[in-house]
Amino acid sequence: MGRLNSAAELEKLREEILTKRDPNKPCVTICSGTGCHAYGSEKVAEAFVENIKSNGLQDKVDIRRTGCHGFCEKGTLVVIFPEEICYLRVRPDDIPEIVSTTLIEKKVVDRLLYEDDDGQKITHESEIPFYKHQSRMIFGNNRLIDPTNIEDYIALGGYAALSKALSEMTPEGVMEEVKEANLRGRGGGGFPAGVKWETTRDAPGERKYVIVNADEGDPGAYMDRSLLEGNPHSVLEGLIIGAYAIGSHEGYIYVRQEYPLAVENLNIALKQARELGLLGSDILGSGFNFDVKIHRGAGAFVSGESSALMTAIEGRVGEPRPKYIRTAVSGVWDRPSNLNNVETWANVPLIINNGARWFADIGTEGSKGTKIFSLVGKVKNTGLVEVPMGMTLREVIYDIGGGIPGGKKFKAVQTGGPSGGVIPEKFLDLPVDFDELTKVGSMMGSGGMIVMDEDTCMVDVARYFINFLAGESCGKCVPCREGIHQMLKVLNRICEGESGDEDLELLDEIPEVLGDAALCALGQTACNPVLSTLRYFRDEYEAHIMKRQCPAGVCKALINYYIEPEKCQACMICLRNCPVGAIDGGKNLIHTIDQEKCTKCGTCLEVCPTRFGAVIVLSGVEVPEPVPQGTEVARG
Amino acid sequence: MVQDVAQTDEIIDKYKGDKSSLIQVLLDIQHENRWLPRDALMRASQRLGIPLSQIYHVATFYKAFSLMPRGRHSVSVCLGTACQVRGAPRLLDKVTEKLEIEPGETSEDMRFSLETVNCLGCCALGPVMVVDGEYHSSPSRKELDVIADACE
Ligand SMILES: Cc1cc2nc3c(=O)[nH]c(=O)nc-3n(C[C@H](O)[C@H](O)[C@H](O)COP(=O)(O)O)c2cc1C
Ligand code: SF4
Ligand code: SF4
Ligand code: FES
Ligand code: FES
Repeated sequence: MGRLNSAAELEKLREEILTKRDPNKPCVTICSGTGCHAYGSEKVAEAFVENIKSNGLQDKVDIRRTGCHGFCEKGTLVVIFPEEICYLRVRPDDIPEIVSTTLIEKKVVDRLLYEDDDGQKITHESEIPFYKHQSRMIFGNNRLIDPTNIEDYIALGGYAALSKALSEMTPEGVMEEVKEANLRGRGGGGFPAGVKWETTRDAPGERKYVIVNADEGDPGAYMDRSLLEGNPHSVLEGLIIGAYAIGSHEGYIYVRQEYPLAVENLNIALKQARELGLLGSDILGSGFNFDVKIHRGAGAFVSGESSALMTAIEGRVGEPRPKYIRTAVSGVWDRPSNLNNVETWANVPLIINNGARWFADIGTEGSKGTKIFSLVGKVKNTGLVEVPMGMTLREVIYDIGGGIPGGKKFKAVQTGGPSGGVIPEKFLDLPVDFDELTKVGSMMGSGGMIVMDEDTCMVDVARYFINFLAGESCGKCVPCREGIHQMLKVLNRICEGESGDEDLELLDEIPEVLGDAALCALGQTACNPVLSTLRYFRDEYEAHIMKRQCPAGVCKALINYYIEPEKCQACMICLRNCPVGAIDGGKNLIHTIDQEKCTKCGTCLEVCPTRFGAVIVLSGVEVPEPVPQGTEVARG
Repeated sequence: MVQDVAQTDEIIDKYKGDKSSLIQVLLDIQHENRWLPRDALMRASQRLGIPLSQIYHVATFYKAFSLMPRGRHSVSVCLGTACQVRGAPRLLDKVTEKLEIEPGETSEDMRFSLETVNCLGCCALGPVMVVDGEYHSSPSRKELDVIADACE
C-alpha cells in the first residue's frame, strides 16, 4: 500500500480491498475486548487457529479478533459470517464442535445460541433483544473491524468523510455542518461542539491544537476505552476533520495509562494512517497538514478537566485553573486548544458523510444523535449499549438490559458518574437526554449507567462517590478540599451509626457552599451524589440516623447476621466457612452466631444453601437470644 | 545506581530530552521498574533540567507512580461503581485479610502489592480482582487461597 494522493486514490484502494474480499468466505470474528479478554478470549482465538488449521481450512476461513461487541455479559462472543451466527459464552472446549458443525457441516450449534425467556433460540446477533433495540451508529462497526488493520475500516467506508471534507468542503462548510447538526459534547457537559470549534478557530494565534479526551475518569464506565480499542480510526478521522475545520495542524490524544491496549491500537492506527497519507503532510493531496501525538495520563480524575488536562500535556501537574480564560482561546502553552471527548469526535465522520439534517433527525429537540452507555451493576445484560437520545430509562434497563437479576426489585439508576446523581423508579419513563437528566438532579455525564436494586444502600452509594472525590480533589481550593472531606466525615458517621440529628442539616448546607465556591466542576458538582440521594431517599438517611437501621442491610456497623433456628438444617457449611470461628453448632444441632466474635464478613450468608436460606441480615432490631447450645434440629 | 541512570538516559533520548515529556518519561521508568528509583529521578532532573522538587510534585500527584519498590505479584481489586454495588468492599476485605496488607502496601517479603483500581472494563464479571493480569470473578475465600498459593 503506498501513499494516497487524492480522494480518487482512496476510492480506488477501497475498491481493491473490496474486490480482494469474498463476502461469502466464512469469517470467524472473536471479541477480544476487555470483558471477553477477562473471560479468556485469547484462548478461544488460539483454539480456533489450531482447529481450523488441523482441519485444513486455513485458506477457506478468515479469523478476525475484534474490539468489544457490547454484550460483555455473555463473553466470549463469537460471530460467524456471512450468516452472522452469534455464539455466546464460548469457551476453548467449544471450538472443535463449532469448527466441525458450523464451519464444515454448515449447521448451527444450538446450545451456544442466545435463549430468550420463552426458551426460543436466536441465531443472528442483530435479532437478540439486547441488540435489537439499539441504534449502533458509532459502536456497531466495532464487531466488524480488526482494529490493527486499517483495511477493515476502509472497507466499511472509512476515511470517506475526511476525503469529502478535504476535497469538497471548505473548513467553514465543515464547521457549519457540525453546528447545524447540533452535536453536543459527550464527555459530560454537553456543550455544542461546533460553537467550541468556532471559538478556537477565531481565536488569535497561528498554532492551535485539537485534543481527544480519553481520560475516562468516571469509575463506572468503559465506553471510550472500548471505542478507542475497537475502532481507533473512527476517532482519528473525526479529529482530522475537526482540525481541518479549526485550522489546526497539531493534535493530542490524551489516554489514561490504565488503557495500554488503547494506546497500542492507537499507535498502530496512527502509523497506518501516516503510511497512507491520511495523516501527516499534504493529507490526500489536499495541501492540508496535520499530525497527532499520544499523551498518556498518569491517573488523576481531575486531569480529565479541560484546563487540567492541558497542563498535564505540558508535562506539569494537572490541576485546574479558573474558567474565565477559556482553553478554547488559551490552552496548551497558552495557544487556542479545542478539546472534545472520544465519542464526540467519533460522531463527526457520520455527520460529514450523512449530513447535518440526517443527524439532527435522530434524538430529541435539544439532544441529537445517539449516546453510548455503560449499562452495568444490578442488571441482567451488562454491557455497552448505544441508543438514540430520548429513549426512556425503562427501555434501556428493561428492554435492552433485561431488567434486574435474581428476582430483585429495581431501586435506582445512577448516571453521570461522580458528578451525577441517582434516579428513582418514578422517573423510569424519563427520556434520556442532556436536559431531562439534569432536570431530575442527575446528568448525562460521559455515559455511566449503574443500575441498583433493593440490596443497594443509598447512603452507602453517596459515601462511595464522596470517598472517591475526596481522594481525587486536587486540593488547590479550600471549599473542595475541606468541603468534600467534611461531607465524607458526616456520611461515615451515618453509615457507622454514630450520627446525630444535626448531620442531615450539615449535608444540606455544605453542598451549597461547594457549588458556589469551588474552582472547577469537580468541586462544584461533588455534592450531586449526596443531594440526589437525599432528595429521593431521605427516609433511608433518617433510618440510619434515628433508628440506627440500614434498610438495605449493607452498612456493616448497623447490621447483624443471624441464623433463623427453624430454618437451620445443621448442614455445618457456615460453621466450616466462618473465618473467625463465630458459629457454634455441630451435627444435627441448630447453629448460632456469637455476635461478639462475628466480624460481619457475610460469608455465612453467601454459603448457606439457598434452599435453606437460614442466614439473614437484621438491622435496626434487637438480635433475638440464640437458642440454647445443643438444641437439636427438629426434622419433620 | 548505574543501571537506573543508563535506563533513564535511554528513555529520555526516546523523547529527545523534551521537558514536556516528563510525565511520559516517568511512566516509562515506572513501567520498567514497577516503581521510581531515586537515582532515576535524579538523572531525569539533570537531563531534563527540571528541579527534583518539581519531579516529586508530579510523582506524588498521580496514582500511576510508586516511590517504593513493588512486590513480585500485583493484586488489584476493582472498586469501580459497578463492582462496588456488586459487593467489591467485601471482596477487598477478604483480600486484605488473606494478604495481610492494605491497599497501596507491599508485603514485607515482597511477594504481593495490593492496590485498588477503577472500572477495568469487565463489569459483567464484577466484583473483579486481577492478579498479574489474570482476571478473577468474585473469588471465594477458598479460591483466594488457591490463587495466592500459586504466587511464588
Ligand atoms: C473533574 C473532571 C473530570 C473530567 N473527566 C473527563 C473525562 O474523563 N473525559 C471527558 O471526556 N471529559 C471529562 N471532563 C469534561 C472535560 O472537562 C471537557 O468538558 C470535555 O472533555 C469536553 O469534551 P466534550 O465537549 O466533547 O464533551 C471532566 C471534567 C471534570 C470537571
Ligand atoms: S474544585 Fe477541587 S478539584 Fe477543582 S480545583 Fe478546587 S480543589 Fe481542585
Ligand atoms: S458474618 Fe462472617 S464472621 Fe460473622 S458469623 Fe457469618 S461467616 Fe462468621
Ligand atoms: S468485551 Fe466482548 S462484548 Fe464487550
Ligand atoms: S466497575 Fe469493576 S470492572 Fe467495571
